[in-house]
Amino acid sequence: MNRIKINEQLVYTLLSIVLGFLIGAIVLAIAGFNPLSAYAVMIKGVVGNPRFIGWTVVFATPLILTGLSVAFAFRTGLFNIGAEGQYIVGSIAAAVVGYFFNGPAIIHIPLAILAGILAGALWAAIAGFLKAKFGIHEVIATIMLNWIALYLSNFVVTINGFQQPNTEASYPIKQSASLAISFLKPIVGTAKVNWGIVIALLAAIIIYYIIFKTTLGYELRAVGYNKFAAEYGGISVNKSIIISMAISGALSGLAGVTQVLGVSGKITILAAAEGYGFDGIAVSLIGANSPFGVMLAGLLFGGLKYGGSKLQTIGAPPEVVSIVIGSIIYFIAASSIVKIAINKIRGGRKNG
Amino acid sequence: MDNIITSIAILLSTTLMYSTPLIFTSLGGVFSENSGVVNIGLEGMMTIGAFTGAAVTVFTGNPWIGFIAAGLAGGFFALLHAIASVTFNANQVISGIAINFLAPGIAIFISKILFDGSTMTPSISLNDKMPRYLNGILPKGFFDTVFNTYATTYLAFIFVAIAWFVLYKTRFGLRLRAVGEHPRAADTLGVSVYKIRYVCVILSGILAGFGGASMSLAIVSTFRPTLVSGQGFIALAAMIFGKWKPQGAMLASLLFGFANGLVVFLGNPNIGINISEHLLSMIPYIITLLVLIFFVRHVNGPAANGEIYEKGER
Repeated sequence: MNRIKINEQLVYTLLSIVLGFLIGAIVLAIAGFNPLSAYAVMIKGVVGNPRFIGWTVVFATPLILTGLSVAFAFRTGLFNIGAEGQYIVGSIAAAVVGYFFNGPAIIHIPLAILAGILAGALWAAIAGFLKAKFGIHEVIATIMLNWIALYLSNFVVTINGFQQPNTEASYPIKQSASLAISFLKPIVGTAKVNWGIVIALLAAIIIYYIIFKTTLGYELRAVGYNKFAAEYGGISVNKSIIISMAISGALSGLAGVTQVLGVSGKITILAAAEGYGFDGIAVSLIGANSPFGVMLAGLLFGGLKYGGSKLQTIGAPPEVVSIVIGSIIYFIAASSIVKIAINKIRGGRKNG
Repeated sequence: MDNIITSIAILLSTTLMYSTPLIFTSLGGVFSENSGVVNIGLEGMMTIGAFTGAAVTVFTGNPWIGFIAAGLAGGFFALLHAIASVTFNANQVISGIAINFLAPGIAIFISKILFDGSTMTPSISLNDKMPRYLNGILPKGFFDTVFNTYATTYLAFIFVAIAWFVLYKTRFGLRLRAVGEHPRAADTLGVSVYKIRYVCVILSGILAGFGGASMSLAIVSTFRPTLVSGQGFIALAAMIFGKWKPQGAMLASLLFGFANGLVVFLGNPNIGINISEHLLSMIPYIITLLVLIFFVRHVNGPAANGEIYEKGER
């Protein structure tokens, strides 16, 4: 029974992805571009050579982590729209530790990672606390915290001794904090391939283990299913909310860490959020909130984002990617559209 | 003394200016959610409204045509949200998120095609911006600074009054609230739950489109991708903060606009406060959190908000 359900879910998701690309093709065609050649450009732009593949993985890494973050919260009945802010505080912590700390890589890297994880967890725990203690909806609290995190980051960049003179950026992290994989350089060239993807994979495994194999995960899921029943069963709902948010925030913080230590090497003044948190919501939805699904969805989204940027070579706007992603999510949300279609086809077969 | 009065006048005028888009959009949220449909897609509907308003005004030279087009564009994406969440029983939050990817994506896509690959619309000339009908009528000084503002601001307040009247003094309003509180009971009494939800969700998109256009046609005179960035979510927060009521949403929007005005006010070097602009920019968000903590705890919205309604289900 359970297997059939998973398979059905998979079929709906795959169909939604196909429909999403179809909508994207229609939009491209209306705008006067040949959809087939546009998609060919994107596919070549993703798998055409090792450097492209490298970049795709680099694009996917933070999305997998924020996707895991949102998915974990969803599993426990919370909507973490604050992955964005938790990502930002994670990147602040990593950049600060990465620049100011002196020491060998074996201490420096774990320290920077830990700082980012803690920052993200704490930031999210604030929202969890506000929900548990004052009943403030986590959606509002995290939206506010996203903005506060953004301006906090801008403030930290401008602190004397951290800002690179005459730039909008902080000093780069020291070499001893870098997550770059240098031995792949001859193969992937300028692609900033880093250990972040391995970290993301490990995080997915750990999250899977926590959700499905531990008492803690069982309790958190129970609160997500029915908090009154969980409370009756002796689970502290308030504590669960705060712990769930903290774990979710830790993952988003880790996304910020891998981006700073592996790709950007610094933080810069931003006018608006970069969108890793919001993209993470999409990744978690496409991945059906399962750690393995999120890995695949993250790679798909990363590929779309990186491949989409190649559309400029034929003059097509890369924003078609947002349209494809939006359509996929739309069809996943309204999966009964797809279900009705499938049933009709099945019914049709029976009649024929 | 004069200096202080001028500063206060500027503070109040920026409050009105920044509140306007939030009032429109949060009113949209009030309609949608009182009928039982969560609308997290307000952000995207605002963005497409801001773009459509600016683009249509660039081509027609008439801001009111732009404004109405913005409402229609917002309404169109709201229709998509309604189709998914009312007819096809979609998870309303997920459908809203889809709109937040689709609408801005399409806005920028069309912008690039219409305006030679630019993500920004050309600037609207000063004559084609939203009119200020009180310009030149008021005596110079305090009143002129505060009240000589764009027509959209006045329109927003008129809409609040209309929304209040519709929700609480008309038969439609009663039915609307019944549908949001207890759809099955409303259905039993012959109220069409689906029809009312469709009307309300589309209305919310139209209002969010107006909200977006009141940014791109009045506060600034162009559309750019970062223009809306988050205002739709702030409006959502204002609606919850205002306890799902039009007047409450208006007050919450004003508070938020005031906090934004405060940032501009305190950032003025003549005031003599020497704090990083980045720290000052946090003020509106911190104020919102504090107000929520001290004044709004444990608010409950319409009882059936976010619930899928299926006719004949037991």
